[in-house]
Amino acid sequence: MKNMKVFANWKKLDKNFREKTVNYGIVLVAFLVIQILSATGNLKNSISGQLVPICTYVVMAISLNLVVGFLGELSLGHAGFMSLGAFSGTLFWVLNCETLPRPVALIAAFLIGGVVAGIFGFIIGIPVLRLRGDYLAIVTLAFGEIIKTVLNALYLGLDSNGFHLSMKDTMSLGMEADGKVLINGAIGITGISKASSFVIGIVLVLITLFVVMNLVDSRAGRAIKSIRDNRIAAESIGIPITKYKMMAFITSAVLAGMAGVLYALNYSTLVAKKFDYNTSILVLVFVVLGGMGNIRGSIIAATVLTILPELLRSVADYRMLVYAILLIAMMIFTQSPKAIAWRAVMVEKIKARRPGKGKMKQGEEG
Amino acid sequence: MALLEVRNLGIAFGGLQAVSQLDMTIETGHLYGLIGPNGAGKTTAFNMLTGMYTPTEGNITLDGVDITGKTPEFISKHGVARTFQNIRLFDGLSVLDNVKLGLHNQMKYSMWDGIFRTPKYRVKEAEMNHQAMKLLKIFDLDKEANLLASSLPYGKQRKLEIARALATNPKLLLLDEPAAGMNPQETDELMKTVRFVRDEFGIAILLIEHDMNFVMGICEEITVLDHGQCIAHGTGKEVRNNPKVVAAYLGGE
Ligand SMILES: Nc1ncnc2c1ncn2[C@@H]1O[C@H](COP(=O)(O)OP(=O)(O)OP(=O)(O)O)[C@@H](O)[C@H]1O
Ligand SMILES: [Mg+2]
Repeated sequence: MKNMKVFANWKKLDKNFREKTVNYGIVLVAFLVIQILSATGNLKNSISGQLVPICTYVVMAISLNLVVGFLGELSLGHAGFMSLGAFSGTLFWVLNCETLPRPVALIAAFLIGGVVAGIFGFIIGIPVLRLRGDYLAIVTLAFGEIIKTVLNALYLGLDSNGFHLSMKDTMSLGMEADGKVLINGAIGITGISKASSFVIGIVLVLITLFVVMNLVDSRAGRAIKSIRDNRIAAESIGIPITKYKMMAFITSAVLAGMAGVLYALNYSTLVAKKFDYNTSILVLVFVVLGGMGNIRGSIIAATVLTILPELLRSVADYRMLVYAILLIAMMIFTQSPKAIAWRAVMVEKIKARRPGKGKMKQGEEG
Repeated sequence: MALLEVRNLGIAFGGLQAVSQLDMTIETGHLYGLIGPNGAGKTTAFNMLTGMYTPTEGNITLDGVDITGKTPEFISKHGVARTFQNIRLFDGLSVLDNVKLGLHNQMKYSMWDGIFRTPKYRVKEAEMNHQAMKLLKIFDLDKEANLLASSLPYGKQRKLEIARALATNPKLLLLDEPAAGMNPQETDELMKTVRFVRDEFGIAILLIEHDMNFVMGICEEITVLDHGQCIAHGTGKEVRNNPKVVAAYLGGE
């Protein structure tokens, strides 16, 4: 009896509020379950090693969804922002983790990673956001690759005279004898004191959820979605298009930068190669499979598709192939007029079989 | 000084002179019609008035401000709102959100207020909801507020577009074929609503319409375009009996 009442009140609540609560709930429940499993020693090693990457990809997927799903622009360079965040945040961490109190250095590392990625988001956004559709996709792809290539060839050292930078090799840094190489080209940053944990990952996921869900459900978020739905109409009612495109793009970059820090501080070495085209596409697959503009879908897709290959090690080699096929199938299923018509027919059939349920569902969708 | 002054306005697309030497003067509170056969350049004129196209000659002054060739955003902020011949709603958003977007430049709070759900966010959102519902009520759309805009029937989508345009608090409202696709009863209702809007909001309305009963029944002043040229101007009666207009329509059909 009492249960029913709670349920009825729940249904009366604002739909957005319900959605948000469920999303936070899913994350918290997953967190608790994992904590219990690991405390009782029931967590497989192969999974516990994936916890931080899962959180990373969830943040990546939600943040990319802001650009792809809510703003409606196809960005193929998301891993580039992750990389910028990872390198800047890790660099700060390596330099300061012994001198500053660890929690302070850690929080600062995350902030720096986010800010650096955000600044680059702004710089890249200026030319990129003038483009549309395929052009924007191609240019973001190129930027992602440029960032990877530059970081892959970057040498940075520190000695008593200060920082030394080179794009050639460690020798040309020209450091004193007391010098220390911080970024060693393709070898990247080594000897990182690991700091990421599942708890930190979950906190970052919750922060991302908070920022993105509240943003898309506010005045600015409405403006962002209006550009996606009809740019010309948005212009005609005075929405500043560039401002809101920028807002979505930069917010997305900041969050990706923080995800990069989380990811990097989970290992002892950091190399630029990790953040290539494949990673950008992988995150895009999460977004598309989870549903454009569907935050819960992003969480689930990123989690499932990060765990699955670990569990199915034998087919891991075919991972990108399977994703590509899934991506195409999903596009056809959600975009092709024939597939949409077929789905509508199926929904009607199911409704006809269960008239009561079908009607309720329809009311809910409205 | 009149609210809208259009002088010698023209635009060419490559070799095609879509509109040329168009003059119009519209006073606040007026209902003004722009008619002409298909392809006459009516929608193109709207596109210039709203900054979607940049005129190649002439100028447009709104309430003393030169808006010739300005951006749609600038022109919207200075008080021109429009609807589109082929409806342009935000399909993925609710009916209510469509109208709230029209209020975007009226009731403001920052991105941070939105993310952190500050008191300002709550106050402004409540204000927006209130104002948007008031507008929806005028168009008898308040019961559909939470439906997706795309799920509305055609006639209601047209009305929603007008409600959204009005939400921007315009001085001049441009309606591009508002009665297209409506049945006679809906058209009748729309006529009343358009008059009501003019009286209630005290704004000028410029409309394009092929339904002659609608135009003649509602507009105090009419300009007729043909092949981009103004061929007649005056009251409904004057225009209807103008031989050039009769010829243009007969020739066009
Ligand atoms: N962007 C453009 N580029 C090239 N030509 C254009 C463009 N926009 C309009 N035109 C041309 O300008 C002319 C006028 O078109 P417009 O859409 O203004 O006509 P209209 O009077 O609104 O007609 P209808 O009653 O059919 O809506 C047409 O010949 C059209 O092809
Ligand atoms: Mg037209």
